[in-house]
Amino acid sequence: MKKLLFAMILGIALAILPYFIKVSPYVLNMFMQAATYAVVVLGMTVVLGYAGQINLAQATFFGLGAYAVGLGTTDWGISFWLSLVLGVAAATLAGFILGLTTLRLKGHYLAMITISFQQIFDLVLVNWIDFTHGPDGIAGIGRPSIFGFSLNDDRAYLLLCILVLYAAIYFVWKLPQTELGRAMRAVRENELAAEVTGINTLKIKVTAFTMSATLAGLGGVFYAAGFAYISPDNFNFARSIEFLTMVLLGGAQSAFGGALGTGLLILLPEWLRFLKEVYLAVYGLAVILIMVFLPTGIWGLFSAWRAKYRSVPKTDVSHVKALDIQIPTSDPEPILKLDNLQKHFGGVRAVDGISLDVSRGMIHALIGPNGSGKTTILNVLNGIYRATAGSIVCDGVNITDKTPHERAALGIGRTFQNIRLFPALSVLENVMVGAQRENNPIDKGHVALRERALSALQFVGMAEDAEVIVQNLPYGHQRLVEIARALAGYPKFLLLDEPAAGLNQTEKKSLAKLLLRLKTHGITIFLIEHDMSLIEAVSDKITVLNFGKKIAEGDPAYVLRHPEVMAAYLGEAGHGAA
Amino acid sequence: MTDFWVTNFQVLFSGLALGSIYALVALGFVLIIRATNVVNFAQGDFAMLGGFAMVAFLAAGLPYWLAIVMALVMMGVFGIIFNLGVYYPLRNRSYLPVIISTLGASIFMQNTVLYIFGPQPKPMDKVFATQGINVGGVFMDTQYLTILGVTAIALVFQYVLFEKTLLGKKLQATSQDKDMARLVGIPVAWMIAFTFCYSAVLGGLAGILVSPVLFVSIGMGSIIALKAFSATIIGGFGDVTGAIVGGLLLGVVEAFGAQYISVPYKDAFAFLLLFLFLLVRPQGIFGEKISEKA
Repeated sequence: MKKLLFAMILGIALAILPYFIKVSPYVLNMFMQAATYAVVVLGMTVVLGYAGQINLAQATFFGLGAYAVGLGTTDWGISFWLSLVLGVAAATLAGFILGLTTLRLKGHYLAMITISFQQIFDLVLVNWIDFTHGPDGIAGIGRPSIFGFSLNDDRAYLLLCILVLYAAIYFVWKLPQTELGRAMRAVRENELAAEVTGINTLKIKVTAFTMSATLAGLGGVFYAAGFAYISPDNFNFARSIEFLTMVLLGGAQSAFGGALGTGLLILLPEWLRFLKEVYLAVYGLAVILIMVFLPTGIWGLFSAWRAKYRSVPKTDVSHVKALDIQIPTSDPEPILKLDNLQKHFGGVRAVDGISLDVSRGMIHALIGPNGSGKTTILNVLNGIYRATAGSIVCDGVNITDKTPHERAALGIGRTFQNIRLFPALSVLENVMVGAQRENNPIDKGHVALRERALSALQFVGMAEDAEVIVQNLPYGHQRLVEIARALAGYPKFLLLDEPAAGLNQTEKKSLAKLLLRLKTHGITIFLIEHDMSLIEAVSDKITVLNFGKKIAEGDPAYVLRHPEVMAAYLGEAGHGAA
Repeated sequence: MTDFWVTNFQVLFSGLALGSIYALVALGFVLIIRATNVVNFAQGDFAMLGGFAMVAFLAAGLPYWLAIVMALVMMGVFGIIFNLGVYYPLRNRSYLPVIISTLGASIFMQNTVLYIFGPQPKPMDKVFATQGINVGGVFMDTQYLTILGVTAIALVFQYVLFEKTLLGKKLQATSQDKDMARLVGIPVAWMIAFTFCYSAVLGGLAGILVSPVLFVSIGMGSIIALKAFSATIIGGFGDVTGAIVGGLLLGVVEAFGAQYISVPYKDAFAFLLLFLFLLVRPQGIFGEKISEKA
């Protein structure tokens, strides 16, 4: 809090500085440019830094805001404030529509489609002369007045721009700790895991893209009024790349990084004047060098350095409440019913007509040789794959056609064979993402989420490490965090894909105990496992697959001695576990 | 033939020629995508560099054919340097840093050329002195015919290289599974270097062929690259046949769009077609749907 107050005082002092010392109009203009660009770049922080989605059309949203004010205050004769609303609305809407139509696509497609959008925008600005004034641009753009106080003075206008910038920084700075921001970062870190954990990833990506466009539009509005003249050159692809470079140089994952990068890249041309014509070539080279040597930007480097000299404190767990989860198991109706489930990949029948019931409160194991279709079944149950035919009914709801996050909202949790956590997030944040799922029966708000996450961590014995960044944890602990993430979402049905893989004997023993403890809470567990001793120790029922078909089912004593299972699973001359 | 048909054949012809250029650059894209799984956003600038190299060698007094050979050799060397400087240091990171790094390379290449040659577009002579031939009223420009012919030869060459030689098999193995390729003793890093080298030559060839039609200019690469990349998506991401068909289709759509709808918005047609494909059939004409493994 003290730090925040200090930052605010320093910030305001900086903003009113031009009133006290003489600053040339040129320098004032430069600051105005830096402040308005920084707002746009903060949009890039949200979309690229937080949500991990590339956007190479930021200059178009910037342009929509600028042209709304440009045309509004000249041709259309409306006030600055109305133009502002129009401009920001236009940018937001364009961002929403572009995001909605393209964010189902990934990576390169998204990069390409945003470039195309940028090119079309550029063509329209230049060629639709009747409306946009074409290459000549728009001159004489008006500035606002506040409560009758005109902002025609550059110093006053700069002050306004800086206040807008501060508001944007504050918003973007606070965002990562909100549910929305955490969801964005989860999507960036591992989109598939985020979806399965209950995040509507498309919605989150579209929201990030739209927010980014809104900020760009806002920046454009103040830019246009600041310089009083705009032309298509200010809003082309090169400008989009410039915004991208700014956010990367400063550090895409922090609001301060974005602002820092903007400031540097606006000042850099001033400092590098001696380079003259080769400046842009050097600039291109710098982009490559940043990517190679400064992948997290200047601010990222600074944060990493700070983290190095600060040890992560153990979280005080004395006040953590016991995990409140108790699923009723009295209903005799099975919790999961698969009816003739099929999944084909081209000609390969990975799952070939499986019918299966899982009873409530049981630990039900799915075993079979490699390639028998086990993980495919889990992926179909989760909605990662769509079933080719057949139906899945979970707790009375037909979920065959539901998306993974809708299934998570019904209380289906999942862990992965190759752990899928959100590596750059803390242990606590990882589990909070799990607690965030829709319909989770906990109180609203940050405090409740945090409590729930800590309880889930305590349940698996990881609460003390809540503040550790997940990628720094040993492998066995990461497995536990993944289970805690699922637990925080109040799952009635838990899918575990080889939870014992990579664990040592001691860890396997405690995993077995953990699974049995989960069972006492009424959670039904459906697991794939290769470790026979674990399966014998915990499972109530075993289903054996081979070549996508069920070959045996029953209690462990019966199934593991079934001759067909011995033949298929352990091989004709098999000894012990495979 | 009636005037109507003459006009349409004329437009189709020039569309196919322009489409061949897109196809050549698109092929370069696809080869790099297959080998490294990333998109090289500086691919179009290979074409620009090829054009300028040609201009420089011609100005130095080299005969036309020798200038072409020299320019292509230079592009090959440049492709390897590009691989070492732009891709290799980032090979173990995600696609995002690589995309951005290639964008940086594009800015670097354009502005270095700008510094050396200045902003004025440079004209270039055609390969043949004859203007063109008249076939049933349709005027066929010799340069366009050259473009079509050379593209066809390049495609045959590439087919033989990839399907019929050991080097081609190694390249295919590299693009399908790098770890496995490494285990069976294929020098993966060299294969990728070769891919960049070959893509740069293809790009350079496209630039040299199109220069007499478009003039040699700093920005020529960017717009060709965007179209070529659209072509790879329309054809099917990472699909060789798709790149060729997509390139030709784009060229034709553009030519007819310019003829019948609007000249200033000519460049927008390609992007609109791309949007349409991404919405309706994102996997492209020949592409298969792929889903992420869990």
